[in-house]
Amino acid sequence: MTIMTDPPKGAFRLSMLLNDTRYRSLTLQVIAAIVLALAIFYLANNVVSNLTRLGLNINFAFLGAPAGYDINQRLIEYTSQSTNLRAAFVGILNTLLVAFLACIMATIFGVLAGVLRLSNNWLVSKLMAFYVEIFRNIPVLIWILIIFGIMTVVLPGPRAFRGEDAEASMFLGISAFTNRGVYLPGPEFSRIFGETGILSAGIGWLVALAVLVGSFFGARTVNKRATRIQEATGVRPATMLTNLAIWFLPIIAFFIITGLSFEIPELKGFNFKGGIKVGAPLIAIWFALSIYTGAFIAENVRAGIQAVSKGQTEAAGALGIRPGRIMSLIVLPQAMRVIIPPLISQYLNITKNSSLAILVGYADVTATLGGITLNQTGRAIECIVLLMLFYLIISLSISAVVNVYNNTIKLKER
Amino acid sequence: MSDVSANAVGFVRTETVPQSAPPSNAAGPAKWVKDNLFAGVGNSILTILAFIAIYLILAKIMPWILNGVWDAPTLSACREVLDGATGGCFAVISERWNQLLFGFKYPSDLYWRPALAFAMLFLAAAPVLFFDLPRKLLVFTGLYPFIAFWLIWGGPVYYPIMALVGFVVAFKVFERLEKQNFALALGAGVLGAAIVWYLGTMIGPDDAARKAGSLFAAGLEPVPSRDLGGFMLNMMLGVTCVSLSLPLGIALALGRQSSMPFIKYICVIFIEFIRGVPLITLLFVASVMLSYFFPPGTGVDLFIRVVIMITLFSAAYIAEVIRGGLAALPKGQYEAADSLGLNYAQATRLIILPQALKISIPGIVNIAVGLFKDTTLVSVISMFDIVGMIRGPILASTDWNGVYWELFSFAAVLFFVVCYGISQYSQWLERRLATDHR
Amino acid sequence: MAEQAKMQVSDEVAISIQNMNKWYGTFHVLRDIDLTVQRGERIVICGPSGSGKSTLIRCINALEEHQKGSIEVDGTLLSSDLKNIDKIRSEVGMCFQHFNLFPHLSILENLTLAPIWVRKTPKKEAEELAMHYLEKVKIPDQANKYPGQLSGGQQQRVAIARSLCMQPRIMLFDEPTSALDPEMIKEVLDTMIELAEEGMTMLCDTHEMGFARQVANRVIFMDEGQIVEQNEPEEFFNNPQSPRTQLFLSQILGH
Repeated sequence: MTIMTDPPKGAFRLSMLLNDTRYRSLTLQVIAAIVLALAIFYLANNVVSNLTRLGLNINFAFLGAPAGYDINQRLIEYTSQSTNLRAAFVGILNTLLVAFLACIMATIFGVLAGVLRLSNNWLVSKLMAFYVEIFRNIPVLIWILIIFGIMTVVLPGPRAFRGEDAEASMFLGISAFTNRGVYLPGPEFSRIFGETGILSAGIGWLVALAVLVGSFFGARTVNKRATRIQEATGVRPATMLTNLAIWFLPIIAFFIITGLSFEIPELKGFNFKGGIKVGAPLIAIWFALSIYTGAFIAENVRAGIQAVSKGQTEAAGALGIRPGRIMSLIVLPQAMRVIIPPLISQYLNITKNSSLAILVGYADVTATLGGITLNQTGRAIECIVLLMLFYLIISLSISAVVNVYNNTIKLKER
Repeated sequence: MSDVSANAVGFVRTETVPQSAPPSNAAGPAKWVKDNLFAGVGNSILTILAFIAIYLILAKIMPWILNGVWDAPTLSACREVLDGATGGCFAVISERWNQLLFGFKYPSDLYWRPALAFAMLFLAAAPVLFFDLPRKLLVFTGLYPFIAFWLIWGGPVYYPIMALVGFVVAFKVFERLEKQNFALALGAGVLGAAIVWYLGTMIGPDDAARKAGSLFAAGLEPVPSRDLGGFMLNMMLGVTCVSLSLPLGIALALGRQSSMPFIKYICVIFIEFIRGVPLITLLFVASVMLSYFFPPGTGVDLFIRVVIMITLFSAAYIAEVIRGGLAALPKGQYEAADSLGLNYAQATRLIILPQALKISIPGIVNIAVGLFKDTTLVSVISMFDIVGMIRGPILASTDWNGVYWELFSFAAVLFFVVCYGISQYSQWLERRLATDHR
Repeated sequence: MAEQAKMQVSDEVAISIQNMNKWYGTFHVLRDIDLTVQRGERIVICGPSGSGKSTLIRCINALEEHQKGSIEVDGTLLSSDLKNIDKIRSEVGMCFQHFNLFPHLSILENLTLAPIWVRKTPKKEAEELAMHYLEKVKIPDQANKYPGQLSGGQQQRVAIARSLCMQPRIMLFDEPTSALDPEMIKEVLDTMIELAEEGMTMLCDTHEMGFARQVANRVIFMDEGQIVEQNEPEEFFNNPQSPRTQLFLSQILGH
């Protein structure tokens, strides 16, 4: 709107508050602010009078009190004597754990299904379309319950594994799929880290991770050198074997030196002991979220690849580039720009949907802080506000990442 | 071309070459199978794997469906009929059909009322979904909420009529004044409706009946909203919340595009807050926290509290879709409206929104499908929608304890039919809008 | 030109721009613009792209704000008062390079929209008026079609008719033919010539030098946000004074 620095002719009139572009927007905003303030005041007033009427107050002291309930699936030390705050923290870690696992698996499902849906193979592409439509159009809640049902109703109880002619047998003799969860072999380091307990095993894994990171940088150096040679001579040296060696030899050597061995779960008494136990609720929510969100990711991947216009492929082909190179040099870099932002927003959806874990008894933050703690202490407002705050922090950090990414990949245009 | 001699440069074709069939190896079903299923080794392996997968799935499911028992009073009776063979006990669906659809408390002799409301929904939605239908049908769409409310909840016909009269008065006042000043017309319309509703509640159905005839007190048997349940509850939440969130979403989208920073940031904060938290936390708010925000003593129904929270939730998502539509409009449209002397309200209502909404329809439909699926979350706060019915009263009953798959498959099929139908509509519309150059 | 003599130019001032300046951020797009337009004048503004001619035209209609100096249209000062802005916009018609017709409305609705909502004309009257102007631009038979179904030339003529329906006293044209295929330019120019012959005050930013020679009574050359030269068309084309004008004319007329 027109705003001029020339002084207005004539004195200030009240009607100018609405009719003059210099004041109009300010006037409207002040009105909006007053209305908003009144609304907030009204609501706050209601809350205060309701709370006094019920003799309640807002107080976060309950967080320091003992929680008084047990949590089965936990990543850190926790007993029923621990505080509510620690219970919430156990829940937060569980939320992050299942969200992380589901993001990885959903990406694998989604990319596979999305790429296969574009396959020339009629049957495979129709099968993938069927997968996408079935999973997209049925509520995730029903999927969680169905997969939880498969875990608890279909799989045998630990008892079925007992005896000479047991009804069920262990998968390959090392893992047991039971209705209480899946028991997997637990890796252990028998030498060097052997006898000193869980912490040093943790250090062992950290060292293993460091070895892998080293391999990554090694492989990168090899690739950079290959590119340099290609730029200098025009011929790219074969790097595949070297890369394989760099990735696998060091880690295998590390495992042999430290004496990696696996503890096989064994049936003792009424249940399996030893190895790693992954609880049925965790598997249900993990798998359900992955396969459900995978259907959405498949659509994003397909749209991303299709968004790269056919002209790009044709232009690259006309330059004589081979199909494999067209994919990696021309199509994928452009498709990734389209795929990654919705992919990240699907990750956000997974994190938010993991709150449905409460249905199958997985102790995520919604189940601990927003469920049992809320019900036992009756601190509804406090618990819900903290719960929302946690999810908000996660969401806002992920949006920040998306924004940074969008800014870095923005096509340079005039 | 044979008649063109090698040394002749000039050439004029005198006869058209007739169209002929392609060589046999370039068409036909054999060619199709080769191209689409067995083109190359990798492709053939994929095809075989796909066949194996399909066989495994069908081998598990088909006997279960084909051998299913549709008529038995309890699970044990059903198991007796099956006698150890594989087969689903679909009898639970026919036996608990009404509970699955209407919940376990809705009076069974009144089932025709929600069923009628459901049938009328199609008539009401048709002119909104298909632009080619006569615009006059929109009148019924406008009446539908009041009719459906009355059919489902019952009570004296007076209340829906007064509500309708309020809206009609508001609309008439608005229409009369809108050419003078949009804000004035809106304010006067709201005021008019408020006066009508205030008078309406002052008079009440009994007084009205005494003065203006017994018609007003006449009504259907009232049903409290805690008695609603089953798939009906999902449908009601879905339809109500989507319709209510549309105007709110439009307002939020316009606010977010506003040049006034205060209004813009209020809208941004609201939208980002709602989109940042899971729906389930908002439902917790509805069930345990929202009552604190109402004046002391007003016991607002759980159904209404849930509707409020889900509406706010979907409004934030719809606002983002509409914002995309607004951003997609060329700047020239705003400039042309300005240069003709239209003010903000006129330009927005006559030029900008009709176009932006049209672009946004597929996105809005996707949000609606997602929201409809999310209505199952109310089972977490112990409302008995279809999932709540299955997990609660039906699976817990001694007759049907353990009929897991049949019930969840039924719910899944219901949702699939509705959601797939809507998404097919959305795709049809997208194709139509793409070719529609107007 | 014999025809030009018929077109009356009165002494009444239609637009008066004094010492007007405009910046985009720190970029000085319009510098010290002084321009007085008499009622009935047909002015063609030309110049290289980025010279500010389009911005100048859009400032007159308050589509762009100016930061310094004054613009007065028909005695109304363009100030921050919304009423003045509305008054000027309802008196000044504008045609855009990309027509900017409303694609969701039929041709007739495009034409009647502003009369109904801004002038508060009854619908029936507005439709009669619209048909009158559609006949004038020679496409009355397209009234019930939608903009997307018309050719570019027809769309631009509809856009002209849409502006005329507000019965403006001044018409602004912002590169009305630049987005058109060559064979459609003539039909739009013919419409504009007809308008000029009826005595409409016109300000036109265009590259059509033939149009300038035939219709304009004054040609203005702009470069780098300034008015570099203005003269009667005969004089302007045959005897340009400034070297910048000479260069520009040699570039666009040289082939």
